[in-house]
Amino acid sequence: MSLMTVDRSNDEWRRDLKTPGHAQETALADLRVIVARGLPYALSKWLSPSDPQFEALVEETVQETLVRVLSYLDTFEGRSKFTTWVYKIAVRIAISELRRKRWKDTSLDDLISDNGDLEGLEIMAEPGPSPEDSTEQMELIEQVRRIIADELTEKQRNAIVAILIHGMPVDEVANRMEMTRNALYKLLHDARLRLKQRMAESGLSPADVLASFEVS
Amino acid sequence: MNNSDELLKGIMHILTKTHDQEMDCDEVYKVIDQFVDAKVRGEDVSKVMPLVLRHLDLCRDCLEEYEALLRVIEAEEGQE
Repeated sequence: MSLMTVDRSNDEWRRDLKTPGHAQETALADLRVIVARGLPYALSKWLSPSDPQFEALVEETVQETLVRVLSYLDTFEGRSKFTTWVYKIAVRIAISELRRKRWKDTSLDDLISDNGDLEGLEIMAEPGPSPEDSTEQMELIEQVRRIIADELTEKQRNAIVAILIHGMPVDEVANRMEMTRNALYKLLHDARLRLKQRMAESGLSPADVLASFEVS
Repeated sequence: MNNSDELLKGIMHILTKTHDQEMDCDEVYKVIDQFVDAKVRGEDVSKVMPLVLRHLDLCRDCLEEYEALLRVIEAEEGQE
């Protein structure tokens, strides 16, 4: 089954949408239908069409998508199908909104002050004293904990706990840290590279550390 | 497994996938439509756009959006 009700070429879409008038209105109306029909598929893992919030989300998403399509029309380079580009915009809008709603009542403090997470944070804060009967595995892990404690800033530690333990979206963590998602990604990439390098300098590999967990 | 072990394993796992050269979220967003079209056409995206794949392996947010976009484009092409 195909969703397509109309079939314009990329150039035709661009031409029709470019200038206010009848052609633009018709093109926007067609896009509205296309996006509204596609969203249930896109959001099938997020929200059922029978959910009371679904209709409002689709309407909101369609509106915002059409605004952005017109604003960013000149940035469309024709390297993909026009409707794929439009759907990309719609998906970003809809999923960002769903994430926002899902997490709106959760602050970072909520996540890192929960008692269950103090254990998770120990790895990030001061390394604990070595156990008296330390095994090779425990020494290895202790060494890695020290590297992590040395190399990560508090901001990076909190972000990692929120993302890895609590499954908070990078989007949502970034908002709470007053950063863009992209800036947070880069911050964490830098941190990962530093950790990797420090470990290498200490003759450690992440794969070896993972393997040591398998040894019981 | 406690949170501490889980966190350490999670970090180590991500480090095994970490490279000097990685696309960031904005760069991936810019081309994810091309990536999905290529995939739906049956192209080997691991050869055509490997860095996008690498990012999707590391970034859950971008992966979720990619999967959502793929679902709709596959439906559009009648490939459900």
